[in-house]
Amino acid sequence: MIKLKIDGKSIEVESKKTIIQVADEIGIDIPRFCYHKKLSVAANCRMCLVQVKNIGKPLPACATQVMDGMEVSTKTKFTKEAQQSVMEFLLINHPLDCPICDQGGECDLQDTAVAYGTSQTRYAEEKRVVINKNIGPLISTDLTRCIQCTRCVRFLKEIGGVQELGLVGRGEHAEISAYVDKSVESELSGNIIDLCPVGALTSKPFRYKARTWELIRRPTISIHDSLGSNLEMHIKDDHVMRTLPKENDEINECWISDRDRFSYEGFYHSDRLLEPMIKKNKKWQKVDWEEALDFFTQNIKKIIKRDGEDSLAFLHSPQSSLEESYLIHKMANQIGSSNIDYRITQNNFDFSGAWLGCEIREIETFDNVIIIGSNLRLDQPLLANRFRKMVNNGGKLTLINSSDHDPLIPLEKKIICKSGEYKLQLIKMLRALYEIDPKKIKNEDVLNLIKKEKINLDTLEWLKRFIRGRNKKAIFLGQSALETKDAGDLVLLANALTESISGIFGSLSNYPNGVGLDLISHKQELHNLKEISEKNISAFIALNIDPKNDIRSKINILKTINKAKFKTAITPYFGEEFDSFDCVLPMAIFTESSGSYINIARKLQTIKAVTSPKGQARPAWKILRVLGNYLGLDDFEYDSSDEVLCKVVHPKKRLTFPSISTKSLDPNWTLSIDDANETSEIFSLEQSDMIVRRAASLQEKKRKQLANNKKGVL
Amino acid sequence: MTTLSKIITKKIDNELLKYPKDQKKSAVMAALQFVQAEEGWLSNDNIGEVAKYLDIPEIAVMEVATFYNMYDLKPIGKYKLSICTNVSCMLRGVDSLVSHVKNTLNIDFNQITHDGKFCLKESECMGNCDAAPMMVINNEKMHEKLTPEKFDSIIKELK
Amino acid sequence: MPDERIIPPAQKKSFPLCLATKHLENPADINTYLSIGGYETIKKILNEKIAPADLLEQIKVSGLRGRGGAGFPTGLKWSFMPKGIKGDKYLVCNSDEGEPGTFKDRDIIRYNPHQIIEGMIIGAYIMDATVGFNYIHGEIWSEYLSFGEAIKQARKAGFLGKKILNSSFSFDLHAVHGYGAYICGEETALIESIEGKKGQPRFKPPFPATHGIYGKPTCVNNTETFASIPWIIKYGGQAFNELGVANAGGTKIFSVSGHVNNPGNHEVQLGIPFAELLNMAGGIWKGRKLKAVIPGGPSTALVPAHEIMQATMDYDGLSKIGSSLGAGSLIIMDDTTCMVSVLKRLSYFFYEESCGQCTPCREGTGWVYRIIKRIIEGNGRLDDLSLLKDVSNKISGRTICALGDAAAVPVLSFIKHFEVEFEYFIRNGKSMIETSND
Ligand SMILES: Cc1cc2nc3c(=O)[nH]c(=O)nc-3n(C[C@H](O)[C@H](O)[C@H](O)COP(=O)(O)O)c2cc1C
Ligand code: SF4
Ligand code: FES
Repeated sequence: MIKLKIDGKSIEVESKKTIIQVADEIGIDIPRFCYHKKLSVAANCRMCLVQVKNIGKPLPACATQVMDGMEVSTKTKFTKEAQQSVMEFLLINHPLDCPICDQGGECDLQDTAVAYGTSQTRYAEEKRVVINKNIGPLISTDLTRCIQCTRCVRFLKEIGGVQELGLVGRGEHAEISAYVDKSVESELSGNIIDLCPVGALTSKPFRYKARTWELIRRPTISIHDSLGSNLEMHIKDDHVMRTLPKENDEINECWISDRDRFSYEGFYHSDRLLEPMIKKNKKWQKVDWEEALDFFTQNIKKIIKRDGEDSLAFLHSPQSSLEESYLIHKMANQIGSSNIDYRITQNNFDFSGAWLGCEIREIETFDNVIIIGSNLRLDQPLLANRFRKMVNNGGKLTLINSSDHDPLIPLEKKIICKSGEYKLQLIKMLRALYEIDPKKIKNEDVLNLIKKEKINLDTLEWLKRFIRGRNKKAIFLGQSALETKDAGDLVLLANALTESISGIFGSLSNYPNGVGLDLISHKQELHNLKEISEKNISAFIALNIDPKNDIRSKINILKTINKAKFKTAITPYFGEEFDSFDCVLPMAIFTESSGSYINIARKLQTIKAVTSPKGQARPAWKILRVLGNYLGLDDFEYDSSDEVLCKVVHPKKRLTFPSISTKSLDPNWTLSIDDANETSEIFSLEQSDMIVRRAASLQEKKRKQLANNKKGVL
Repeated sequence: MTTLSKIITKKIDNELLKYPKDQKKSAVMAALQFVQAEEGWLSNDNIGEVAKYLDIPEIAVMEVATFYNMYDLKPIGKYKLSICTNVSCMLRGVDSLVSHVKNTLNIDFNQITHDGKFCLKESECMGNCDAAPMMVINNEKMHEKLTPEKFDSIIKELK
Repeated sequence: MPDERIIPPAQKKSFPLCLATKHLENPADINTYLSIGGYETIKKILNEKIAPADLLEQIKVSGLRGRGGAGFPTGLKWSFMPKGIKGDKYLVCNSDEGEPGTFKDRDIIRYNPHQIIEGMIIGAYIMDATVGFNYIHGEIWSEYLSFGEAIKQARKAGFLGKKILNSSFSFDLHAVHGYGAYICGEETALIESIEGKKGQPRFKPPFPATHGIYGKPTCVNNTETFASIPWIIKYGGQAFNELGVANAGGTKIFSVSGHVNNPGNHEVQLGIPFAELLNMAGGIWKGRKLKAVIPGGPSTALVPAHEIMQATMDYDGLSKIGSSLGAGSLIIMDDTTCMVSVLKRLSYFFYEESCGQCTPCREGTGWVYRIIKRIIEGNGRLDDLSLLKDVSNKISGRTICALGDAAAVPVLSFIKHFEVEFEYFIRNGKSMIETSND
């Protein structure tokens, strides 16, 4: 600990901190442009110059480490004069186009100029003009406004994992550019819009749509992956105009993925279902809610009467909130059907209770990690960044994957194999562990299975390195591993392995509310997707699912569904994919409804609606409640989603989660030819759900990427 | 897309020996120089190829190629004539030499003669000021203590 | 013990120490260097296993100050290199001389490359460095090639590589080539450049001694600094120190250019009176009169004739008259020189060569240049001079590297000494000086 003074205030801080970090902590404002707490220090803008006692020239607060006995002044004439002169230099070549600049109102340069600049300009020479570049459909450039702070360059290199932008040229001629006319491809690219302290990089979809001061800001979270990134929706006239990150160090830090940022365009796609519709005489008809509800109730009752309760099946989306899931389960249950599932991309249902196994930010602290079956950057772009940081901190990452999708992280080891072989890889590791220390493995079935396996020297060698010492180690199963036919065994084996080496086992499932839905369903005796697919189903109810595109499971559930006589979808969108349905009820999307979600790290987050639902759409929990009433089910009276939530989580008690459970292992397993050839396909992040698939700019970016056929990005 | 010639990749491989194995990027300046010496100038494609060969992002190579003055990102004709106009040369009359050169070749700085033979560049100090004024041809051949007459005879020889 | 024959009488100022082989036949060849006792010092060190600390002590005693411009005591700098750590440590010779008027390192490379190499080997031995680079100015191609040849010769002779002269000491050296960026002379920009990046200086601290090339400990010294090392170790630090004057030990190569009869390099003892040096360069050409001198390269302040004629060429001597020794690059201007035009060219240089990362340097150098250009074009305003001074003062001391400071120096010193000339130009739209073109 060292002692110093800033503006007369005495404080004690850790050494190794910089003046700006300390000042930020104690609320002393130092202007800055190039400094950003999550990026490397460039110290190039010189805006943060401060006076340090006994030093003749002003020092950059962002790059100067505090020292014992240091006396820093941020408000003296000396400091002011230095800051003012930097401000003057920054403005001489900066266009005075604030009135038409999208950054107006939230521009660091504008704000700082007002606070630290002088009013008159002494620059009478010609101003610099920079030609704009097209760097893709998401980000608009106005490079004459650029102040060369290089935040965007550093972000893409350090957080994005690969340098996509550069400052080309030298001196005054230096300008931000991509290679020739290349677009920026990072799945985190939108963050450079936030990072740019001026209006040089702005959001293309948002361009000229609104002035910032007209916008109302409301918090929400993202439901496009399993992190639950915190968002701030900017709203004008009950319309989401843009999405920004809301800082949460535990989850998304100050970043969000492009999918989270630009999916809002999908909210207003013309496919939005605005009124209930029913099919009469094979023709769709718009009806009011009452008629739709009557229609639904009559048909369901008819079917129950004729084919029995068990002929009803329910599928809901992994994006469902706790409240929605609770109500649809309750409905199935009270009707008397156990045909309900949400795991619409899985092929194996022999496990439950898997989660990240640690806090999200803890990932950065691991020393040794193995990830099996994950296209990290596509599944959860921000989790990929945590692993990237782990490697930057000296951690080692091994990736076992069926595709050679580049995580943009330096890997310790990479094993590319068929996804059917993941299990064999784990067995080899356990076998090697057995060789190292036979006592470590406790599970009998595992022991029996691995004893038959020949020891693989290569595996032995790297596993030795992996388990060495008291290092923090972990094994994670990614989404594509969890989607294999072996998923249950993979969980069992990975869990057994990490237990025996005192490591952590984690799931990188990208189900947005997977942990929450597991919490609701695991206690109940239910038929899973596979079992349902083998039954005769007469009535089918889909909640927030586009059966054609969302169900990625190889289990042929679609055939079963198609045979059903009466099909209802509670859905925000309507298109030809619902042609075979009989009744569609318009539901609100997540930003138009309240709801609760539990992220992959078991964090519960409850959000409120940020706008009202479009048209006649209603929050799904309300729709389910009313359907319950119409069907005459007991205890379906809820005034608010909070009341529903209370049924799932006790407001006063801590959440308790099921521990990992798996079915038993077949000790006679050997790798069959079929399994050996199983590969999981790479699923692009632009296809993940109904909203994203309708977000125009994201789709445009995707199209461009496919056209350029860039390596690594699908 | 063309690929780097064998001769060039061999030269680059040689250069790489100067640096640790995981620091291939260090060879980028030399690699660009080899390519430029062979091709005359650096096209975007050349830059992309060097990036690929050294396994670094194209934009990182672009940054280097645009930072250092001696890389030419546009065609320079057969002979690039770089003349230093900095103070020591200026004091020794480079300005009148430059007027002579411009008149003789009928071009300005950064232009190429009609026959595509000569390109004129203004250069910063070449660290050769005792031989002012001077000119370097294609970044390699230095001509010292230039006079209009000397210049004329050099050009004559090249024509 | 100092060799009596080597120490010249005090009155004989010319002293080829770094340029020891220049007057010999085939000066750059290893045999020539061996013939004057070259590489004997490193042989002796390795044979007798002389402790690095003892050698470092001699460097400290010698009073050698870095010849790259800043004049930092070399012995002190070398003592900053961390000891006893694993992995590579780098030693870099800075031959990027790009400061206008400087061409001394060129001559050392051209005529006496092996003395640089031996100096680096000794330095590596002292600092326990494993790999060395000589970063050579992009514009001098043949010197780059010839230095590469010299390295080959030295390696073949067993002075470079693994287990040098069968000792346990290993060190290898490579030549690398700049490609046209003055800023790469700045040591951290040079390090970035060796890493294959744009030459943009890094903020210090951390200093190269702890975070240099690839984040490894690195020591950067000027060519002339390294070339002085073998002599110092051979004859002792004290002998070297006695060559110069107080606070300025040893010899210095002065590059003299501009309006003199014989431009060129002169290696002399530090402390030589300017007038004597001017004589060695043949005096002002064409029988004209001296007007002013830039004594150490454009980043040192301009000195008018009457002041420089009284000065001695050493650190204190020049600082007394408000300038500095810099790299020892004298740009001599006769009385037909238009100071406004010279300043325009110099400010263009700094504008053109600014790496562009820091705001004051990037924006300020362009601003300054444009104002002077406007004055030259006949559109000057009377308040331009105070504006020029103010802008320069606002660049100075506020940037990452010293280029920003350097850019301010000519503006301030030219206006200080020749304000009348500037005012005349502004008022009349033309120069006060009739520049002759012959
Ligand atoms: C803009 C700028 C240019 C420089 N150019 C050179 C150069 O060309 N050669 C050189 O030796 N040092 C140059 N230096 C000084 C170096 O940064 C460094 O101080 C020097 O190489 C150290 O060597 P020395 O201690 O032996 O002088 C330059 C410094 C600055 C700020
Ligand atoms: S002072 Fe100039 S040259 Fe030095 S780092 Fe800053 S911008 Fe670059
Ligand atoms: S914020 Fe410190 S220099 Fe830019």
